[in-house]
Amino acid sequence: MQLTVNGEKGDYADELTVADLLRQRGHDPAVVVVERNGEIVPAAAFAATRLEAGDVLELVQFVGGG
Amino acid sequence: MEDKFILGGVELKSRLFIGTGKYSADNLIPAVCEASGAEVITVAMRRVEKGQQGIVAHIPKTMRLLPNTSGARTAEEAVRLARLARAAGCGDWIKIEVISDVRHLLPDGYETAKATEALVKEGFTVLPYINPDLYVARACVDAGAAAVMPLGAPIGTNRGLRTKEMIGILIDELDVPIVVDAGIGRPSQACEAMEMGAAACLVNTAIASSADPVRMASAFRAAVEAGRNAWLAGAGAVKAPGEAAEASSPLTGFLR
Repeated sequence: MQLTVNGEKGDYADELTVADLLRQRGHDPAVVVVERNGEIVPAAAFAATRLEAGDVLELVQFVGGG
Repeated sequence: MEDKFILGGVELKSRLFIGTGKYSADNLIPAVCEASGAEVITVAMRRVEKGQQGIVAHIPKTMRLLPNTSGARTAEEAVRLARLARAAGCGDWIKIEVISDVRHLLPDGYETAKATEALVKEGFTVLPYINPDLYVARACVDAGAAAVMPLGAPIGTNRGLRTKEMIGILIDELDVPIVVDAGIGRPSQACEAMEMGAAACLVNTAIASSADPVRMASAFRAAVEAGRNAWLAGAGAVKAPGEAAEASSPLTGFLR
């Protein structure tokens, strides 16, 4: 299925949870915040949230700033 | 004399806030935190790239995070960033930064006040970064801002307190803490802001861009403490130019 992750469209496995996606990309689920179609996915729901074709995801974290 | 600093219902011991941007190496940050004595530290929020480590791993757990909404050009974008920051699980403090002017990086007061109102309603402790404009500051305070953070000079310029007069007016007029943010380049300038009655200073570039950030952090710590002590002490009157000198020693009693 097609997903847009951080602005980039790509093909992903049809059965995929938020937790799977983070693992595939090598992100630490403890520090990454996920927004799916404009709604925040609580960290406790990463494993249970199945992604659907066309989903738009933003994966963000804290970086240095003033 | 007791000198409590309460911000957003939290008592802070340090009146120096620091940032995490622009360090040549992020592993300097723990030593900078220690040397600065600061308790509040700013962070930004951005898309995570593959294999990229975030900043939180470098920040001592005792620090209170103050995420900013940098990158936002509208109130709506600032609200979105604030919600994402809160979802990271590091509290509900937020520095609102709404900037669409990419050259001078000046904050948009109208959008900032709108974002302040929205985020206060969502239960955030809101610290808006503003030009030191009394009307913008009042709009933010009326909307429930916990403090206002006026700029001393444009972000990252190290030019000092160019807006001194206007910051003085905010200190005089508003009942919330005034935290001078942006532009402070030298410890003497932070000291001056504190002598004027600012509640705190936020310093990032001046520390991070110095040759020895850890030593500079300790210099800012001392400057902020000195300035605060001077304000509490109440400075003596300044004589106008041309007014007569006034001897500190007795003029009579021996040779005259």
